[in-house]
Amino acid sequence: MGSITLKQVTKTFGDVNVIKPIDLQIHDGEFIVFVGPSGCGKSTLLRMIAGLEDTTSGNIDIDGKDATNTPPAKRGLAMVFQSYALYPHMSVRNNIAFPLKRAKVPPAEIEAKIASAAKILNLGDYLDRKPGQLSGGQRQRVAIGRAIVRQPSAFLFDEPLSNLDASLRVNMRLEISELHKTLDTTMIYVTHDQVEAMTMADRIAVFNAGVIEQVGTPLELYQTPVNRFVAGFIGSPKMNFIEVEPVDGNPTSCVGVRPEHLKVTQDKGLWTGKVGVIEHLGSETFLHIHVDGVGPLTLKADGDCPLKYGDNVNLTAPQNKIMHFDAAGKTLPPTPFSGN
Amino acid sequence: MATMQSRNLARMMLFPSVVLLLAWMIVPLCMTLYFSFLDYNLLTPGNEEFIGFLNYEFFLTDPAFFASFFNTLLLVGGVLLITICGGIGLAILLDQAIWGRNYVRIMVLAPFFVMPTVSALVWKNMLMNPVNGLFAHFAIWIGVEPVDFFAQIPLLSIIIIVSWQWLPFAALILLTSIQSLDREQLEAADLDGAGPFSKFIYIVMPHLSRAITAVILIETIFLLSIFAEILVTTSGGPGYASTNLTYLIYTQSLLQFDVGGGSAGGIVAVIIANIVAIFLMRLIGKNLED
Amino acid sequence: MATNNSNKSKIIYTALAWGISGMIFFPILWTLLTSFKTEAEAISANPSLFMFDWTLENYSDVLARSPYFNHFWNSVVISIGSSLLGLIIAIPAAWSMAFVQTKRTKHLLMWMLSTKMLPPVGVLIPIYLMFRDFSLLDTKLGLVIVMTLVNLPIMVWMLYTYFREIPHEILEASRMDGCSIGEEIFHVLLPLALPGIASTLLLNVILAWNEAFWTLILTAANAAPLTAFIASYSSPEGLFYAKLSAASVMAIVPILILGWFSQKQLVRGLSFGAVK
Repeated sequence: MGSITLKQVTKTFGDVNVIKPIDLQIHDGEFIVFVGPSGCGKSTLLRMIAGLEDTTSGNIDIDGKDATNTPPAKRGLAMVFQSYALYPHMSVRNNIAFPLKRAKVPPAEIEAKIASAAKILNLGDYLDRKPGQLSGGQRQRVAIGRAIVRQPSAFLFDEPLSNLDASLRVNMRLEISELHKTLDTTMIYVTHDQVEAMTMADRIAVFNAGVIEQVGTPLELYQTPVNRFVAGFIGSPKMNFIEVEPVDGNPTSCVGVRPEHLKVTQDKGLWTGKVGVIEHLGSETFLHIHVDGVGPLTLKADGDCPLKYGDNVNLTAPQNKIMHFDAAGKTLPPTPFSGN
Repeated sequence: MATMQSRNLARMMLFPSVVLLLAWMIVPLCMTLYFSFLDYNLLTPGNEEFIGFLNYEFFLTDPAFFASFFNTLLLVGGVLLITICGGIGLAILLDQAIWGRNYVRIMVLAPFFVMPTVSALVWKNMLMNPVNGLFAHFAIWIGVEPVDFFAQIPLLSIIIIVSWQWLPFAALILLTSIQSLDREQLEAADLDGAGPFSKFIYIVMPHLSRAITAVILIETIFLLSIFAEILVTTSGGPGYASTNLTYLIYTQSLLQFDVGGGSAGGIVAVIIANIVAIFLMRLIGKNLED
Repeated sequence: MATNNSNKSKIIYTALAWGISGMIFFPILWTLLTSFKTEAEAISANPSLFMFDWTLENYSDVLARSPYFNHFWNSVVISIGSSLLGLIIAIPAAWSMAFVQTKRTKHLLMWMLSTKMLPPVGVLIPIYLMFRDFSLLDTKLGLVIVMTLVNLPIMVWMLYTYFREIPHEILEASRMDGCSIGEEIFHVLLPLALPGIASTLLLNVILAWNEAFWTLILTAANAAPLTAFIASYSSPEGLFYAKLSAASVMAIVPILILGWFSQKQLVRGLSFGAVK
């Protein structure tokens, strides 16, 4: 079991509202990712769920019971920290055994649980080493091992991969996803990296300035963002935004086109520009195009794009891929767009 | 880490330290302030009466106050000058590649661990004694008149002894600071064509400035209260030639039993120390934010 | 870069460094040597560095003056007692300030620091009178109390700077793992901070051992530690250099050795963490 319900939860530090009233239902067994820029409140909310921070108002229910004022140790949750937070003075074995010893689990059972965690996480060879002797990826595994032996009702991950280098991050991402499939336990995962969010999540909650802008599956967020912030945050490279003058009967003040939907055309197209820096990634090419009166636009093209620095190009995009936003940033229903 | 439970616990755990320090400093300080307005002599107990600022008037117009105030300034200033300049030199020297650096460090550091009464007595008797001291022997050997240190230059002699005690501290702090200097900065300066002198002026000194300020302020705090060195060498004399404020207040209160006058002096010393302290707190306070 | 040139400068620097540090160390070396001389040799007009009749007579003489052990014991009790007592009071306070920071924490730390800057003469008379009235004058207990309070701000500060280097997340992890606050301090904080706690203890033992204001003023024959005992050598003139040296050597050697072990912590403790 591991369903968590947040009801009108808020947090204030002094006079600053870090979390404005938030309602969220996290289902048993789901992998939910909290994503957003730094300072948006996602980590604070995670720590409130963990019980490491007080909740200013509102309720946090875990498995249907009000846990708002329950101390962290009694909530049945396990957390994996950004810095791994391993106990440097204890061997890997003792690190993993620590929560079990605190819970007065019999020694034989502790041994069995350590053995099974070590097997799942490939830690068998390292059990008697100290954390200082392990690589970043191994430490991360130990931290996860320490979390899984407790058989928590939910796992909380606080940016667990941000201290790893890029290639290791990809591997650990897969391992954590794999672990979720194996354990089938609720996981709440905080990150500022939208790629992690998109690849791992069942559902994503996009945070901004203490509120949740949108909750949905990765594809929902990509295809139907509710506002300009979500549209800009999800997708890489970022969506291009083009300011337009609102006219009578059409409140559109900004249109958005994702780089992968922008196309070079021989026709007149919607915009004309000059090719700037070209980034060749092999499988694809990012073109930075300076469009007069609009600014730079990013275009994602095939790997063997023939364009060169300084070329003049016409750009277009399918009408159904152009998003419209009003002055407040809210997404509008699509209307035909004829360029500016 | 900020739940109500831990905050309450934290308050409880702070309580003993705070209460003890309050009791130790604030309560006696208030009593000193109170005594300083009384005509209060331990030899004539029971005759205390309120006399307003008279104690302050006596203390501040006493020639002994001026003598000891200037002696305090000279003592603090002299020791600072010697230890900072010497400390920078030593720090730079010990930062070079030399053989047996650890042994050198140990030798340089040693005087700081010698208790003040021992160092004062060793210098007074075995080095500075005009008849049997090593300096006197040396003076006679090279054919000059031995100096009677504590009769002729009492304050300077004390400055020398105290400087010897504090030079290691300055050198150690400055050495630690020099060693934390980013070597790439020096290499960048090399590439920019800076010579050893301009590297010292433009890179090493600015880097050291914070450590130097720390040394100045910390030493000042301790040097304002120099006591044992004076007590065992000159007892403040001849006359008031080597009396500092701390020693003057000590004689007034515990040798002449003039509690009122001594208290007024104590308050004056507190005010002077506060002026120094404000600067030190700024420095350290800034550091807290890093 | 093992060129001739850098070797040459290394020789020059080495000679310079050994010369200067030798001069700085000389008074201590001289005291050590004198402690093995006879009194006559100690004041000889042609002093010899090593070529004299080595004797242990001075040490046995000083020790035969029975109070020496008393004073040594007083120093031990006062310095170690006050440092341990201080730790017991300072650790909880430092924990609070390092891990449960509030808006007041910084002011509190500053205030503690400021008490250290108060010149002792400012509170000399009331303390003296209180000690007299509570019969604490010339007692070890009295000095343990004073030394604890004198060094408490330094202890809190040092521990605070050490505790602050321990990542919060590790303590939070222990809380998630089911520790109460007491278990958290005992199982996680103390083992991690042990080096810092040990060096705080060490530095405070040194400071208390060498303290020479309150010890001189508040003690007489009974509770006087070595600082005050050595000061009693200041009065008589004459044939006593060798014995003074022997007594001094015995007073400073233990702390000299402790001090060499704690060089690094010394910088940090005495600069209140401003220089590390």
